[in-house]
Amino acid sequence: MANLKELKGRINSVKSTQKITKAKQMVAAAKLRKAQAAAEAARPYAGELAKVMASLAGKVTVSESSPKLLAGTGKDQVHLLVVANSDKGLAGAFNSNIVRAALAKAAELNAAGKTVLFYLVGRKGRAPIRRAWPQAQAGDYDTTTVREAGFAEAEKIADEIVAMYEAGKFDIAHLFYSKFKSALVQEPTVQQIIPVPAPANAVVDASGAAVDYEPDEEEILAALLPRYLKTQLFGALLENMASEQGASMTAMDNATRNAGDLINKLTIQYNRSRQAAITTELIEIIAGAEAL
Amino acid sequence: MALHFELVTPARLVRSEDVWMVQVPGTEGEFGVLEGHAPAMAALKDAPLRVWKTEGAAPEEIMVQGGFAEVSAGGLTVLAEHVEG
Repeated sequence: MANLKELKGRINSVKSTQKITKAKQMVAAAKLRKAQAAAEAARPYAGELAKVMASLAGKVTVSESSPKLLAGTGKDQVHLLVVANSDKGLAGAFNSNIVRAALAKAAELNAAGKTVLFYLVGRKGRAPIRRAWPQAQAGDYDTTTVREAGFAEAEKIADEIVAMYEAGKFDIAHLFYSKFKSALVQEPTVQQIIPVPAPANAVVDASGAAVDYEPDEEEILAALLPRYLKTQLFGALLENMASEQGASMTAMDNATRNAGDLINKLTIQYNRSRQAAITTELIEIIAGAEAL
Repeated sequence: MALHFELVTPARLVRSEDVWMVQVPGTEGEFGVLEGHAPAMAALKDAPLRVWKTEGAAPEEIMVQGGFAEVSAGGLTVLAEHVEG
């Protein structure tokens, strides 16, 4: 059995760990509220844009002359996987779940004879993906310099991806991020972003009124496509942020509880050892007194 | 006679109010939107948007970048990537 001093040391060390996990849990809870508010604030724009895109896509027929972002390159050989991770750990399996989804997709594409490239956003996904696919790095975007990824970051990422697309570096792009369902559930999600999938649920204008387009439909569509891509990336970043905080909160709650259990166990052990030491001492004294 | 005007950026809903008229800087020329304007969609220049709260009042200028305007029966909705003012 460990001696009393060692046990005391261990109890203290677990206690300070518990303080850290508890603090991180509370920070995550506060940040989660903020991230959710940000996601909420972004909804009107995304909703409006999707509505406009849907009504436009319904009017324009996809042909050879359509913008490449919509029509595609006509091939599906090279796939770009855009993987959005966070910069910080202490969030349970949040990052590894996204990485796992991306690697599974990469293996599947590779088995089908396609070429896979990675574009990494955030710090935490870099190491495992670089290790698994050292030859397939198309680039990454560092979000560690900003406190919170915002629309400016989404814009830069989208510009870089579109530039690569226009240079013919890839044919199809998929985006990996974690969808925020609740503080307990985050779902790794994959979504095709290039060529831009036509928004489903195209709402047909019931009024049937003729809408004036200025300039014409095709030009508007071409102008809106990159914006739509940015909005999707921005949405993914926001979802990711909320998911990260949610995952972090749950993981830290578990860690705090585990630390509490461990402290209880160690305290019992400590008390038992102390009791045993006292009993031994008493026996020695009594035995000594009897011998006289 | 009021036009419902909404100005939305990716980060937030900037304006949602009833106004008298909005002058929109379309790529093919500026146009004013009053209540009952025909449905339209227009890409916007990076230029100021002028909002008149009431008839005859001094217009308020809002700088928009990467804008897009949609006029429907529900009013005028402007989507902009960046907004100043």
